[in-house]
Amino acid sequence: MLTLFLLMVAGYVFGALAALPGGGHGAFARRLAAAGATFGSISGVALGVLSIASGNPLTLTSSRFLPLTGAALRLDGLGAFFLVVVGLVGCAAAIYAFGYTAHYAGRYSLRFLGAMFNLLLLALSLQVMADNALTFLILWEAMSLTAYCLVLTEHDRPGTVRAGVWYLAMTHAGFAALIAMFLLLSRADLTSSFASIRAGAALLSPASRNAVFLLALFGFGAKSGIIPLHVWLPMAHPVAPSHVSAILSGVVIKMGIYGLLRVLLDLMGGGPAWWGGIVLSAGAVSALLGVLYALMEHDLKRLLAYHSVENIGIILIGIGAGLIFHSYGLMALAALGFISGLYHTINHATFKGLLFLGAGSVLQATGTRNMEKMGGLIKRMPWTALFFLIGSVAISALPPLNGFASEWLVFQSLLGGSNIPTPEVAAVMPLAVGMLALTSGLAAACFVKAFGISFLAIPRSAEAEHAHESPPSMVAGMAILAIACVALGLAPFVVVPRLGRVLAGLGGLPDTHAEFTLNLSLITPNNSSSMSPTLLAFGLLMLLGLVPLVMMVFRVNRRLRLSDSWGCGRVGQTPRMEYTATAFAEPLRRVFAELYRPTKELSIDFHPDSKYFVQSIEYRSEITPWFEKALYRPLLRFVRLLAELTRRLQSGSVHIYLFYISFALLVLLLIARWS
Amino acid sequence: MTGYFLEVSQALGALALAPGLVGFVRWWKARLQGRRGAAPWLVYYDLRKLFGKEVIMSTNASWIFRFTPYLVFTTTVAVTLLIPLVAAPLPFDRIGDLLLVVYLLLLGTFFLALAGLDPGTAFGGMGASREMTIAAIAEPTIALSIFGLAVGAGSTNLGRIVAETLAHPSASISPGHLLGFAALFTVMLAETGRLPVDNPSTHLELTMIHEAMTLEYSGRYLALIEWASALRLLIFFSLLANMFAPWGVATTLTPAALGMAAVALVAKLAALGIVVALLETRIAKLRLFRVPELLAVSFVLALLAVTSSFLLR
Repeated sequence: MLTLFLLMVAGYVFGALAALPGGGHGAFARRLAAAGATFGSISGVALGVLSIASGNPLTLTSSRFLPLTGAALRLDGLGAFFLVVVGLVGCAAAIYAFGYTAHYAGRYSLRFLGAMFNLLLLALSLQVMADNALTFLILWEAMSLTAYCLVLTEHDRPGTVRAGVWYLAMTHAGFAALIAMFLLLSRADLTSSFASIRAGAALLSPASRNAVFLLALFGFGAKSGIIPLHVWLPMAHPVAPSHVSAILSGVVIKMGIYGLLRVLLDLMGGGPAWWGGIVLSAGAVSALLGVLYALMEHDLKRLLAYHSVENIGIILIGIGAGLIFHSYGLMALAALGFISGLYHTINHATFKGLLFLGAGSVLQATGTRNMEKMGGLIKRMPWTALFFLIGSVAISALPPLNGFASEWLVFQSLLGGSNIPTPEVAAVMPLAVGMLALTSGLAAACFVKAFGISFLAIPRSAEAEHAHESPPSMVAGMAILAIACVALGLAPFVVVPRLGRVLAGLGGLPDTHAEFTLNLSLITPNNSSSMSPTLLAFGLLMLLGLVPLVMMVFRVNRRLRLSDSWGCGRVGQTPRMEYTATAFAEPLRRVFAELYRPTKELSIDFHPDSKYFVQSIEYRSEITPWFEKALYRPLLRFVRLLAELTRRLQSGSVHIYLFYISFALLVLLLIARWS
Repeated sequence: MTGYFLEVSQALGALALAPGLVGFVRWWKARLQGRRGAAPWLVYYDLRKLFGKEVIMSTNASWIFRFTPYLVFTTTVAVTLLIPLVAAPLPFDRIGDLLLVVYLLLLGTFFLALAGLDPGTAFGGMGASREMTIAAIAEPTIALSIFGLAVGAGSTNLGRIVAETLAHPSASISPGHLLGFAALFTVMLAETGRLPVDNPSTHLELTMIHEAMTLEYSGRYLALIEWASALRLLIFFSLLANMFAPWGVATTLTPAALGMAAVALVAKLAALGIVVALLETRIAKLRLFRVPELLAVSFVLALLAVTSSFLLR
């Protein structure tokens, strides 16, 4: 395991260094950087899988490996699981990068892109091993800053810098909360190991435990994009290069989930029921609002980014349910809730990674992210279309793919709510079920739109008309994740028991490893519902083969004639007659008009002689999330006011600054003297 | 072994019965409206005629369009294999529970909507958009009704739910069950494209939902889709009948019990068919944007159902 760890670090470091001499056009350095990332991430997956399989944690003491004093790394089951997530998506994105970064040559700094990409993956891989607060925080900041640099890759495009600033501000607000949280948790000694924090957490007063919970929820929530802390997410994720978007949406936001589990469950050992209630409600609201805003989005990558908000919500529903059960001592049910959250974490990483890579291929082929200018791509980019379809089916939680398996588990854990002794808490569960079901229904509608409008029917623009399939490396990157989606969906009876083992011991959870399997079915421990996507997929395939066979036996007419679409007698069909993405989402926009509050603007140019002849019509409609206005406008105004005040201090004169420094030093010395 | 045999044969029986059920509802509706109406078995002739015709496909369409009829038919047949029609619990019970059944049907709808968009006509897109809107809004009610049923049985497995209600007959007249039945009945009307949500016999494209989506289909493809939607009606009818009023469902695999169960099932289907026909003659189609209100009502009913089964447990 130690060798694998060293190989992983070496791969990323090599990739980062190899990118540096590349310059603007270096195809060789570009490939070396991608190769380093590929190698590092494959070693990471191997390390994670091995660690989960063996059940032995890997401990690295700072004296042996790191010159930094105070750094501590330890890989346990939970960390290993997240390491697999990082490596899986990282590997696909790195292979994809071989082809995808080619069109950056000469336009943007490849040197920077390659190095930062490797460093981000390295920071993510080490993040899940951090074993004390200081290491955790340093790596957290490294992750945030490298991600920020990657978001800024296409810095000259409109909106990129703004998105970067939002991301940086939000992630640092969260970081501040995390520092405060760890200071509280470790009694102001950031170098004390997680083991001693774990031992001391029970002795904290209830008030400071609650403060830790709220700070953790804010800090990790800002990273994960929980509504209302999500505003940066739909701005920052789409403007990054697509393979980086896949990492950002697939992995980076999952670190918030990792942090929540690590702190609330592992270090704090669970808490009162209202913690779970708040996590569950935040999850349900994020899920529903995330998908509702995704529906109105016609920028393919922004749509996917809003879906990340939705899926983080679904994960949090599972984890929130787990925390609630945990507080009542219903350990088997609690394990079920946490398992469903973790399972959805890796599932979302695979299908969202896949979808972002697919969107990147489309973006590269058509030069636009606007769905209204796509169409007909399924014939021009068959592989991309197939993989995007697999991702769409998976994210819509349709069987037999992986999204269904994990949402099924979330439903099952909510069903366990009837075991909660207090009815007012138990009554939350049906509401969450309703919101989750609405979310998955709307997600299906949204992905019919995303796939149907982008890939099917007639091309809506010349660029889409002349699109070509992506190079093999990009197709291979997508293929890896598509296969992962299918495999994770078909083998829940393999995945789920492992997740049970990963969670065993955290916060006193039992090892539910043995309780889940029944041959090829997945069976839940307490209420013993069961289903088997494996047998289902097998049955569906058999039936799919059988139906044409039976039709052949019965001599069904097998002729097929190609002809124009039926059009009520009109001749010829143009793309302008097609249904658009806006039109597709219109019914839902009306249904949820209270939420969207769309603005409408219609201007018609009449012919000067007669108003019965229309020369042109312009229709404009916009949706601005109202709570962003309500919440962030006052906040921004306040920050601006503070900035105005501090500007008075910042005169720009070196003498004044020297005075500030010496004054501050003096004050600190005095404080140190007297305390 | 008998279990598997029974499972397959009840699915084949349902497949054979489904077009007749659609014809039966049509015939009753015609009678109630004072028309003579076509014979109930006309639907079989229609299917045979469609299977004999060639397919005309749009030049714009892709493999999605050709794959969808098979997938829709397959998923619907798979669902028929999973639900208890005449006996419970059966061996396939552990492959799929009620949630899987619902999402499998949604998988068919998903692809049907894609196929609606595939030829690039406005009607197809319109149908796809409306169908997905209604499917999405109907989803919470379905999930909550499942939840209500599952809380009582402690499981979402169909066989367990049926067995539970059979063991405690008084449960089926509990407020939770009655409210859940009302909610699921309303959603059933939406999911199977009946009035007041969609008009199965409309010939005006602008008011169509399901039919607009499949407007481009012809020949064997259309036959498969029509057959699948007939089967879908039968599935929802039998779910309503056997989940909420499972009397007659065989718990032992003796010929007498199975015979009784088959008779009971046909009787229940006929009764529900008559109710739907009666309903369709009494009410008009709702405007599209009134449909969410109807579904919201059914959602509230389902929520009340679950809450009452939580509290009265």
